[in-house]
Amino acid sequence: MATQQARQKRVAAHYYLPAPSYWPVIGSLALLILAIGFVLLLQQVAAGQYIMLTGGAILIYMVYGWFDAVIRESVLGLFNDQVDASYRWGMCWFIFSEIMFFFALFGALFYARNFAVPWLGKATLLWPNFVATWPTAGPGMPDPFTPMAAWGIPAINTLILLTSGATVTWAHWGLKKNNRVQLKAGLALTILLGVIFIVLQIHEYTSADFSIRTGIYGTTFFILTGFHGAHVTLGAIMLSVILLRAFAGHFTPEKHFAFEAVTWYWHFVDVVWLLLFIFVYWI
Amino acid sequence: MSTDAINNAHSAKHAGGLLRWLSTTNHKDIGTLYMWFSFAMFLFAGALAMLIRAELFEPGLQLMRPAFFNQLTTMHGLIMIFGAIMPAFVGFANWQIPLMIGAPDMAFPRLNNWSFWLLPAAASLLLVSFFVPGGSISGGWTMYPPLYIQGGVAYDMTIFSLHIMGLSSIIGSINIITTILNLRAPGMTLMKMPMFVWTWLITAFLLISAMPVLASALTMLLTDRHFGTSFFNAAGGGDPVMFQHIFWFFGHPEVYIMILPAFGILSTVIPTFSRKPLFGYHSMVYATAAIALLSFIVWAHHMFTVGMPVAGQLFFMYSTMLISIPTGVKVFNWIATMWRGSLTFETPMLFAVAVICLFTIGGFSGLVLAIVPVDIQLQDTYYVVAHFHYVLFSGAAMAIMAGVYYWLPKWTGHMYNETLGKWHFWLTTIAFNITFFPMHFTGLAGMPRRIPDYALQFADFNMLSSIGAFVLGASQLLFLYTVVKCIRGGSHAGDNPWEGADTLEWTLSSPPPYHSFETPPTVK
Repeated sequence: MATQQARQKRVAAHYYLPAPSYWPVIGSLALLILAIGFVLLLQQVAAGQYIMLTGGAILIYMVYGWFDAVIRESVLGLFNDQVDASYRWGMCWFIFSEIMFFFALFGALFYARNFAVPWLGKATLLWPNFVATWPTAGPGMPDPFTPMAAWGIPAINTLILLTSGATVTWAHWGLKKNNRVQLKAGLALTILLGVIFIVLQIHEYTSADFSIRTGIYGTTFFILTGFHGAHVTLGAIMLSVILLRAFAGHFTPEKHFAFEAVTWYWHFVDVVWLLLFIFVYWI
Repeated sequence: MSTDAINNAHSAKHAGGLLRWLSTTNHKDIGTLYMWFSFAMFLFAGALAMLIRAELFEPGLQLMRPAFFNQLTTMHGLIMIFGAIMPAFVGFANWQIPLMIGAPDMAFPRLNNWSFWLLPAAASLLLVSFFVPGGSISGGWTMYPPLYIQGGVAYDMTIFSLHIMGLSSIIGSINIITTILNLRAPGMTLMKMPMFVWTWLITAFLLISAMPVLASALTMLLTDRHFGTSFFNAAGGGDPVMFQHIFWFFGHPEVYIMILPAFGILSTVIPTFSRKPLFGYHSMVYATAAIALLSFIVWAHHMFTVGMPVAGQLFFMYSTMLISIPTGVKVFNWIATMWRGSLTFETPMLFAVAVICLFTIGGFSGLVLAIVPVDIQLQDTYYVVAHFHYVLFSGAAMAIMAGVYYWLPKWTGHMYNETLGKWHFWLTTIAFNITFFPMHFTGLAGMPRRIPDYALQFADFNMLSSIGAFVLGASQLLFLYTVVKCIRGGSHAGDNPWEGADTLEWTLSSPPPYHSFETPPTVK
């Protein structure tokens, strides 16, 4: 008992400094192999995909092992309040970097709609028959297509993601009240809604009347919604990890930063979707 | 147990040899890795510059095919920016920020290791691309489409290399910004932070804002190359100029990412050797923040000639000129710091004073280039080359040298050889000016950049530039020798070899203990 108290005292007084770790170097190696594989694949070298798979597998191994180490430290109680604050700052700035990534993608959409396409419409010498409208596949790709309507599946998906934002908050309330059943149910419901969203999104992609090659409309549609979909998938995986940890008895009503971080991420993905719904599907 | 087992366990049992460096979570080890990586890249990209100057020694095509010349100019730029200058400043951040704010280490030591070890992975992709079919990328470091869309396998390798470098920068910046915001010693309020820490706080913010935009632009290039998207294809309703807008929205903050930490080093070195506190600390902080914010609304001054509405040209011209105001505040403050100080001119101070003079020349030529009608004449001439080498070499790189000489005694525990340092300084400064000052004249006279041959009337100035460049390149080997000599031995530095230095790192031993501040110092 005495030693435990002594340790608690030390933990409170000191910022936790981890021992040397090989996970980062393994991660770098994984990314290098992944990149080499991708380069080869793009050059139609068949071995490329296997190299990519190897790199991906090492990356997953690294992410698993690294997070495993961090979670163990957290469960041992090695993180004091100052460490907790670092994680909070870190997650905030990570989400900010993600915001800037999507900012550039939205910037491309706005630039195309407000400058590139209208200017092409005025280039009467080059493209005499091109009328600048949105959506468009551009002057060199005259095939007609039907753009994605906002008030079908996309509207349902908006409802699904907004609801999932509410269910994850409900789960958080459960955690704070130490109601573990509510925590697990809320998380499971949120994951389920996320999965339904992804399934509907895949259905929308496969039934679309146009592809990523359909000029600037197809380009912006698939790249923007595609990157968002990838983030929803990542978010759902993160929520699943949190659910598994909830089953393992992790998190207390006072300390549960991992849960909160994933919630922040989920809300960020939610907000990006709202902007996508407005600017890609609706207006 | 008198010592803290949890926190000190690993100081006793870290691996030896190469494994120590692969697995280290220590901010000083990682800072050292960054500095050596940067130096290696500096010498490599410098060697590319030597080849460029050898080809330009005389008019006509002497040594290489034009395609290879284009690869040289492109890779010289990319490697100097992403391989040499940025990692050097991150190396300073790693070594100095925990020491200067009284922290035990960085906020995320393992991520810190990752942000370094991503760099060799990225650099190997980039360097190997010289040897793939078609050679490395060659359309300039700015990677403009449609040329970039049409290139070979090296173009994909460069995209992935820069993706990984961007990841490294983002992780590194999140770490730095969190360290500064959360790990300051008790009593060190934001407005008591050393100026170097302030400049890095703002630089980290710029990096987290700008690098994801570059990642976006690179991804668009990749999908345009291989997946049939039309971002930069007018036939599909896109626009190649759009790439330039997105790229320079990253690219201009990037310019300040490379100069703000240099300002931080200057603001540390100059008060020390003037034996006076920094003049106008508050205005220095506000000027740094102002430069950072303005950097987001000036990007199109890099592309005045591609066609944009006159209103756009005017806006970007005036916003660019506005930057000279906070920059002028900084130059004024440095000079006012020296005013009536008891100055001594050790090597770091010599470099710092030279940076003030030479960076100001680069700033003025920048103002000249900001004027739209003038820029239309000077776009892509050697005047631009002269301008950005005055800000990036005699601004950023020479500030790095000032910082290295200033903190080497702290890092190694030995004094560097002052005579060799001064030789390095004078050779570098004189050779730099011989190399780049004539480029103002050749540029104004209309010599285009990124071309392996030139008209006969430029022959004399080009030969002069080349001679200067060879001396400049050789004198960096002297720098290497001086640094290695200092690491291996030299007179004992003591805790504080500089009489006027008053930041926290000088209260520690030289070199500092493994965990810089085990117990945080209290700042009054």
